Amino acid sequence: MSQGHTRMLLNGNHAVAHGVKLARPMVVPVYPITPQTPIVEKISEFQLQGVMDADLMTMESEHSAMAACITASLTGVRVFTATASQGLMLMHEMLHYASGAQTPIVMCNVNRTIGSPWGFWPDQTDSLAQRDTGWIQYYCESAQESLDTILQAYWVAEKVLLPAMVMHEAFYVSHALETVDVPDQEIADTYLPPFSPYHRLDPEIGASWGNVVNQDMFYRHRQTLGQSMEKAIEVALEADMLWEKLTGRGYGVIEEHRCTDAEIIIATTGSMAGTAREAVDQLRDSGMPVGLLKVKLFRPFPVELVRRALDEIPRVIVLDRNFAPGTGGFLHQELKAALYGLKNGPVIYGYLTGVGGTNVPPDKIAGLVRESMEEEPVNSSVWKG
Amino acid sequence: MAYTIVEEKIFCSGHHACPGCNAALAFRYITNTLGQNTIAVVPPSCGAIISGPQPLSSMRIPVYQTTLEASAASAAGIKRALKAQGKDHINVVAIAGDGGTYDIGFQSLSSAAERNEDIIYICLDNEGYMNTGAQKSSSTPYLAYTTSTPGGKPTAKKNVAEIMAAHRIPYMATATTGYLDDLVYKVRKAKDIKGMRFIVILVPCLDGWGVADHEGAKISRLAVQTGVFPLYEVENGIKYALNYGSQGIPVSNYITRQKRYRHLSSEQIDEIQQVVNADWENFKVKFNA
Repeated sequence: MSQGHTRMLLNGNHAVAHGVKLARPMVVPVYPITPQTPIVEKISEFQLQGVMDADLMTMESEHSAMAACITASLTGVRVFTATASQGLMLMHEMLHYASGAQTPIVMCNVNRTIGSPWGFWPDQTDSLAQRDTGWIQYYCESAQESLDTILQAYWVAEKVLLPAMVMHEAFYVSHALETVDVPDQEIADTYLPPFSPYHRLDPEIGASWGNVVNQDMFYRHRQTLGQSMEKAIEVALEADMLWEKLTGRGYGVIEEHRCTDAEIIIATTGSMAGTAREAVDQLRDSGMPVGLLKVKLFRPFPVELVRRALDEIPRVIVLDRNFAPGTGGFLHQELKAALYGLKNGPVIYGYLTGVGGTNVPPDKIAGLVRESMEEEPVNSSVWKG
Repeated sequence: MAYTIVEEKIFCSGHHACPGCNAALAFRYITNTLGQNTIAVVPPSCGAIISGPQPLSSMRIPVYQTTLEASAASAAGIKRALKAQGKDHINVVAIAGDGGTYDIGFQSLSSAAERNEDIIYICLDNEGYMNTGAQKSSSTPYLAYTTSTPGGKPTAKKNVAEIMAAHRIPYMATATTGYLDDLVYKVRKAKDIKGMRFIVILVPCLDGWGVADHEGAKISRLAVQTGVFPLYEVENGIKYALNYGSQGIPVSNYITRQKRYRHLSSEQIDEIQQVVNADWENFKVKFNA
């Protein structure tokens, strides 16, 4: 697209802030945490400059930030917040409360290691540990993708009435500079209509939320939440197609790169997808039939699309920059579950690599692919530095 | 001092409180005074039970039940969203217990006060976690029995009124169900002020304190008359006004009517009397200044 945008040099966090500005949230409760802070700082600047008309609430904790997001959303306004690592951990209780109330909050979480010990590096365990909180989860690999996904996340969240988390990794994406096409406000406005929920806290309506319920009502609430999740995949595809129509950029909920005729597929999420794409291209150049499966939408997990992508593929290598003690890599677990019962499904290698933010360059990934040829797959994830 | 009580019928009968519940009584006068144009926030507490299980409600206003730590932040989120929509005329009130206020909810309360959020925060103080079976909170008075302090609480009650006044919020007041006219006056006054308003209301818990069903109001009146819980207001952290204070009635009159103090020796009752006397002497200075 040559029209309808401004090309800017932005880091991932500032790209998110631009995406948020375009979405026009009215209330933005925030709390600072490294490496998320540039998002909040940029939004504060926008507000000071008068180019963003949002009420910025400087909260005393992430727990309170999320509490305020939930009530503001329930009162009928679009909201945004951002966090990372321990901040997301502190929000955990409220994350469930948000999805239970079906509030379409959009939040950017910058993936960072969780303590203890302390660390500041890219590692997705923080958000993956929230996978069962009822939030939609997107994993992005570039500043451009993060900006675009913020707007898509609002589109989906408000359609299915679920909160959505947009992830990108600490420093690799959050602080790295890239050229980013920032769409004009008219494009965002065309894409995202004003938020006007049917249910809201208002004395003229008189509806309440959060009261004690009996077992049957709780059961039905959970069922409704599940139905919203089920719808979210289709809606996310629709959101992506519409965005592509307006801006020329689409991502799908999964991406298949050079998967036609592939005999080995590398599956991963987030910034590692970008590195793996390089590795795939290198390996293809050397004649190896390798492809990449990038899982962008992690919740709801696009089971059917993943099964279709990996059916009849002999070998899948899962790269996890995250670790669940006692089970292993999150994507490894999810893929094993998703592919269960597939007649001609692949053998799956689960590699824990980049955990804690260790560097994983394309050569390393190519090496892991070659190593896998010498190894029998095991059921658990394997540490590969 | 006497004030006219004008009630709008917001709080309905048939709620889920115990017979004679003073928290329900406080709820009635708070919500009926604030009126229809109000949204209430209630954390887990007896207040949540009184508000009613879904789909029922004892109140003709929207009630949002939040988590235990988040009353003030939740109320602030509602108010900010209302302002953003040009509906600034709607009152937002958080009604929490002492556990949700003095303890787990204090961080969000203190910060809402620092930001001068435009909300009314009311603490229904029954001096313990009564909804979970009468455990100690930091509001539990010195030597009072709770199920988690069976030998009597070894430390003093946290003085939340002075802590909140020290935030220099526009309005802080103490009230009790023993003086309903005063309670209503304070709620109405708070309603007309902008910014953070805080009222702590002493509400005897009949079960947790071991008080007869019909004695709640009498006990809370004695709390004031003995000097244990003076009723006063503080504007902007500096302007103090006393409404009802000690009438020199011995503290034993208050204590001996409650089972939570029945383990006390006469020396311990004397000790409490000395503390109340000293506190009252120090407190009076604020009004003479």
